[in-house]
Amino acid sequence: MRTMFKVMALAASLSASVSTYAFAEDTVEVLHWWTSGGEAAAVGVLKDDLQKQGVSWQDMPVAGGGGEAANTALKARVTSGNPPTAAQLLGMAVNEWAEEGLLGDLTSVADQEGWDKVVPDAIKAFAVHDGKWQAVPVNIHRPNWLWINAKVFADNGLEPPKTWDEFNVVADKLKEKGIVPLAHGGQPWQDTTIFDDVVVGIGGPEFYKKAILELDESALNSDTMVKVFDQMRKIRGYVDPNFSGRDWNLATAMVIKGEAAMQLMGDWAKGEIVKAGAKPGTNILCVAAPGTEGTFLFNTDFFAMFPVGEDKVAGQHKLAASVMSPSFQEAFNLVKGSIPARTDVPGDKFDPCAQKSMADLKAAQASGTMMGSLAHGHAEPAAIQRAIFDVVTQHFNSDMSSKDAVAALINSVNSAK
Amino acid sequence: MPAIVLSPSLAAVTVCVYGFIAYTAILSFTGSKMFARFDFVGWRQYERLFENPRWITAIENMAIFGGLYIIGATCLGLFIAILIDQKIRLEGVFRAVFLYPMALSFVVTGVIWQWLLNPGLGLEHMMRSLGWESFTFQWLIEPERAIYTIVIAGVWQVTGFVMALFLAGLRGIDTEILRAARVDGAPIHKVYTRIIIPALRPAFLTVFVIEAHLAIKSYDLVVALTKGGPGVSTELPSTFMYSMTFTRNELGVGAASATVMLVSLASIIIPYLYSELRNDRHA
Amino acid sequence: MTAMLESSSAAAANRPGSIRWSKQFGRVFVYGCLALLALVFLAPLLSMLLTSLKSMDEIRAGNLLSLPSTPTFAAWANVWGASCIGVTCGGLKGYFGNSFLIVVPATFISVALGAFNGYVFAQWRFRGDNLIFGLILFGCFIPFQIVLIPMAGLLGKLGLAGTIPGLILVHVVYGICFTTMFFRNYFITVPAEIFKAARVDGAGFWAIFFRILLPISWPIVMVSIIWQFTGVWNDFLFGVSFAAGTNQPVTVALNNLVNTSTGTKAYNEDMAAAMIAALPTILIYVAAGRYFLRGLMAGAVKG
Repeated sequence: MRTMFKVMALAASLSASVSTYAFAEDTVEVLHWWTSGGEAAAVGVLKDDLQKQGVSWQDMPVAGGGGEAANTALKARVTSGNPPTAAQLLGMAVNEWAEEGLLGDLTSVADQEGWDKVVPDAIKAFAVHDGKWQAVPVNIHRPNWLWINAKVFADNGLEPPKTWDEFNVVADKLKEKGIVPLAHGGQPWQDTTIFDDVVVGIGGPEFYKKAILELDESALNSDTMVKVFDQMRKIRGYVDPNFSGRDWNLATAMVIKGEAAMQLMGDWAKGEIVKAGAKPGTNILCVAAPGTEGTFLFNTDFFAMFPVGEDKVAGQHKLAASVMSPSFQEAFNLVKGSIPARTDVPGDKFDPCAQKSMADLKAAQASGTMMGSLAHGHAEPAAIQRAIFDVVTQHFNSDMSSKDAVAALINSVNSAK
Repeated sequence: MPAIVLSPSLAAVTVCVYGFIAYTAILSFTGSKMFARFDFVGWRQYERLFENPRWITAIENMAIFGGLYIIGATCLGLFIAILIDQKIRLEGVFRAVFLYPMALSFVVTGVIWQWLLNPGLGLEHMMRSLGWESFTFQWLIEPERAIYTIVIAGVWQVTGFVMALFLAGLRGIDTEILRAARVDGAPIHKVYTRIIIPALRPAFLTVFVIEAHLAIKSYDLVVALTKGGPGVSTELPSTFMYSMTFTRNELGVGAASATVMLVSLASIIIPYLYSELRNDRHA
Repeated sequence: MTAMLESSSAAAANRPGSIRWSKQFGRVFVYGCLALLALVFLAPLLSMLLTSLKSMDEIRAGNLLSLPSTPTFAAWANVWGASCIGVTCGGLKGYFGNSFLIVVPATFISVALGAFNGYVFAQWRFRGDNLIFGLILFGCFIPFQIVLIPMAGLLGKLGLAGTIPGLILVHVVYGICFTTMFFRNYFITVPAEIFKAARVDGAGFWAIFFRILLPISWPIVMVSIIWQFTGVWNDFLFGVSFAAGTNQPVTVALNNLVNTSTGTKAYNEDMAAAMIAALPTILIYVAAGRYFLRGLMAGAVKG
């Protein structure tokens, strides 16, 4: 017993000494949820880049559920007055944090580096508040992709579907042959990723704008929306029985290995494809999700900057400048599967899918069809977004009728407003 | 001196338990979204709470989960305790085997059970590879059944503790009474139903309170096993509160649900504490 | 929960076996049931252990409880020292150390405070003591999710945000509710005459505690240590919310690790990591389980 107390006392004094942790000059602490293979490699690029400039990187990864645990940790850190230097946030979350007046100011760096000219307006809308740069965009992701195992399609004489009707025909054929048509993970955000695609694919970009971005009640309560849920019900029949709770990257792995033919997922899937040694555009085809050609849904990972003490500002500014430098934007996005958040980065090093993404982005900007993704936090604040998640995922996982789903959707959205 | 010894703990509890409860209760009457905001809206958040179908599902699940969890763990725990009380060999080994799940964190428990219950890899896969081709066990992914997998994992984790409490109770029963009963020729089942079980009444009460509060606080298991899914089929009040507060930036609704939970907890705990504390000081 | 340790000195009697089924059939039944149940309880741990020793190919081919053909500790070594968690590739070992730095002081302080409190409640009567004890007891039941944000604010004001001492403080605060209850219910079984005699002899407040009470209270000390150690070790919520970067405990790292799946989930590594994270608490339960039961019995539910 006595020795035990001695050990305890020793440990207590030890922990006290560790806690008075001395921070080296120019340290940045970054909270993020990029722990998956391709993603972690992408963060590694940034870490190395900063270390070359003498800024040491203190990693604070919090994995799980598209950043839900990370969000809790961030709130606790900010409430305690000890925010990290920067935190990974999605667009609407940046807005919500900015509205609370809790973000720092990067305008001096932004002016120096000339960010205003190179970042698309749709993204600036999230990064800049009241004329102040408060967050830096790391990438532009496009969630409305359909990934196809080329070999499975070739073996069965199939063509990539261009509309949801074609998709159903293709999927039925695959199912007949005993192949899982669609790799999917049953998590609310993944269900809603599909929902976004179906809303655009069946209703068109104008309908998406009205129903999702503006929450126009007549659009929400329309026959088109009923059709959207009808299609969701069909899709439910095309996934394997073991889909519940599966992580997205495991679903991607199914497509890579040919265990399933297709996946509806954002271009971050490419990170996993490349890591597995397959070639996007060759082994795994990338086409716009059925019916969404010409529309560019987007989501962007931002590093939101928090007000930090004088001693850490220099490091924070270096971090921001690094993130926005063309060389980093290129290097990072090559690994991550997305495209650079500044439009002046040449695309020649990127794979065919990313090049298509860049071209589509320009076209969509011109035609006004570059729109924030609901599933990925660029359309509605968290409360409403999750209220829609609830309905989509409940419909997908039950035998709820499409009419009931529409009624539930309107109810849910109204009560979350 | 007694006052000095007690005061740090008392101060800590006052602030960190009651202060925080009061804070939560106050927030539940405000329109707080992401962070606390003191714009009072009356009972509006409670109305929104009970209009939310997800909360209703959470309460229904609580009833199913709580009921089965308490009954399951109590019966199994008592059964094992009685078995272990039969002067068996290797008692220590058996006790350790039944107790160890208590030692595991939910992250670990989640890793194990998710794997065991996963149709493609776990139990189903094993049974099929052993030749039972038609064996199906897909509760984890069936919306109507998923809640039962949480009951299974929960019972697995807590039964050892329940067993220990009952065992302690059994060992505390006066042997003289039992011997007398046996001499009188009372059959074994009657000894149990007439003497032993009634004598365990305080143990039952303790077990019930522990299980009830674990059930209401249950959060870890759900997050580790199903994250509330498939759909919203395994949502519990605690997961609902967490997601409202931290994920959805609906602090007001989250606080309202927390207050409802605390009130229901208090309604179980306070009568118990009262009866316990009123007359436990036997000279 | 109080009855758990409710007083009865008679209850501490140390002979097991209230009743026996003397017939042979009874014994077979008892052992049969126990063996079957033990198997069910052990199966998850066993399959976890076996899986952690297999290669990925074997996991896909074999089943849950098949023995590894060539057991390998490669997965163990990897997650202990080499696996990548975020961008840092040092495995679990650093986080494992963090957990000890949190658990040991948190356990020690909360057990010590609980013992002092329990002593006061049990032997120094004052007006409203039961009410105050009841108030502390209710603290055992507070759902931790609701205290996260206000606690974060408090830690910030105290200057402890993001540090290990901050985490220790949190665990101590919510731990003393339990430890106070354990000790109070144990000490209340000590006959009041002993204290009166000691006081007549001139023994002071601390002398009574250290010379008379402490030597006889090791069973309940063990219960409290086990309870606190496992509770703090297994905590995830406080760890993820209140610990900054390098101070994170092992449960947070484990969560990051098992969610860090590079395309195919490395089940052997997940299981090895889970085993490593669970090892200290399992060892404590196995090694000290008998004391746990004895401690429960010492203040056992009265007959």
